[in-house]
Amino acid sequence: MAIRDKLSGNEAVSIAMKQINPDVVAAYPITPSTEVPQYFSTYAADGLVDTEFVAVESEHSAMSACIGAQAAGGRSMTATSAQGLALMWEMLYIASSYRLPITMAVINRALSGPINIHCDHSDSMGARDSGWIQIYSENNQEAYDNFLQAVRIGEHPDIMLPVMDCFDGFITSHKVENIELLEDDVVKKFVGKYNPPYHLMDKKNPMSMGPLSLPMYYFEAKRQQAEVMKNTTKVILEVAAEFEKLTGRKYGLFEEYKMDDAEVAIVIINSTAGTAKEVVDKLRSQGVKAGLVKIRVFRPFPVEEIAKALSKCKAVAVMDRADSLNGAGGPLFTDVTSAMYGRADGVKMINYIYGLGGRDVKVDDIEVVYNELQSIVKTGKVKEVYNYLGVREGK
Amino acid sequence: MNIGKTVATQTWQEMTHGSHVFTPGNAQEFQTGDWRSHKPVWVEDKCKQCMLCVLVCPDSSIPVNAKGQIEGFDYDYCKGCLVCKAVCPFKAIESEDA
Repeated sequence: MAIRDKLSGNEAVSIAMKQINPDVVAAYPITPSTEVPQYFSTYAADGLVDTEFVAVESEHSAMSACIGAQAAGGRSMTATSAQGLALMWEMLYIASSYRLPITMAVINRALSGPINIHCDHSDSMGARDSGWIQIYSENNQEAYDNFLQAVRIGEHPDIMLPVMDCFDGFITSHKVENIELLEDDVVKKFVGKYNPPYHLMDKKNPMSMGPLSLPMYYFEAKRQQAEVMKNTTKVILEVAAEFEKLTGRKYGLFEEYKMDDAEVAIVIINSTAGTAKEVVDKLRSQGVKAGLVKIRVFRPFPVEEIAKALSKCKAVAVMDRADSLNGAGGPLFTDVTSAMYGRADGVKMINYIYGLGGRDVKVDDIEVVYNELQSIVKTGKVKEVYNYLGVREGK
Repeated sequence: MNIGKTVATQTWQEMTHGSHVFTPGNAQEFQTGDWRSHKPVWVEDKCKQCMLCVLVCPDSSIPVNAKGQIEGFDYDYCKGCLVCKAVCPFKAIESEDA
């Protein structure tokens, strides 16, 4: 029987880590992810796990230690936010190019500056091209479930890539919600033992990782990484199907909420999806054909599937909780519009940047977006493609 | 994988995961001789077999044969630094463009 509890997102993920009992957790505290290694360090101190807990001196070292541990054949994990993720930057690319399936909770927080500790997605969005699989979680339950699945996905012999489980700082990380946990033995059975096909401590089969790869090999190495990332989708769905059998909770590449006959829809990531579903329900009760797509897997980006899901809509707003500052739109918008091009042409697409630096996003704000979409459907005209929601505008 | 080939033929499908190297002791395969822009040339007539060049060569590229004598360079690994030419007391090592 599943265990019913009430936990914050950070507690839930730290319990997932405890249940998995990894070989190494190396972490450095940074708000709002601090609690994950903090809780975990108490489990380690109390002897509830066999894990080597390494209290490193920076996030760069945290990721480096995880890379070392994983290269040595161990299962390693960490958690971070914002500047911490930024400090890991160069090591993120090392982890993915070495094909080391490290699992990391990324508790989304705005990147400074100006300095800010609250939620937006600028940290993980910046790492979107680092070769890590990125999975996003709307609430505590998803953060827990996705963390367990992340281990399986990353460690799959055909994949061997690191995975980020991303969820919203404070909103999901610190808010206490009802949650259903799996029993320890069920988690251990689901996740299984980590049996890497090769590692640096295998004396019988000596090997090297990280050779110099000059112009004659680097390109092929990156091409290979790109192919693996494409193949990941299949494994993500297989793991989700197995997880559903175990828990009854269904996961896909994204969630479609009332999309069957939707004319207007928004595409969104993480906790604000909950607020937006409230608006969808309200609009549906008024007879408006509103829907919502919540991205779960952002890397690899489900290009074909997203285009198919949105192809029957008349107008779509893509919501970005990070701005690319590129004069063109947020990262999710540019990916979704690229997906639509040539596959679902003719759907009117707009972008809203929202909630930067922890700016509250309320039902009223989301209503503004659906009202704009309805007006586009009515007039057939898009006033502005690249918009800001909830920012103070001068006249 | 032969990491010494300057014209690589392996496709991305043929390469190991993560470019990992599973053949230990493979530095020998990496022939650094093609880095050379100057080439030392041994002048047998002037050489007194004093062995100074053998000692200073940073790439062990002046092999000594079974008779304890040198007979030229190992151009697979000689990077053309010409330290040998500089130390030779007998001008028995000349150089040309590689």
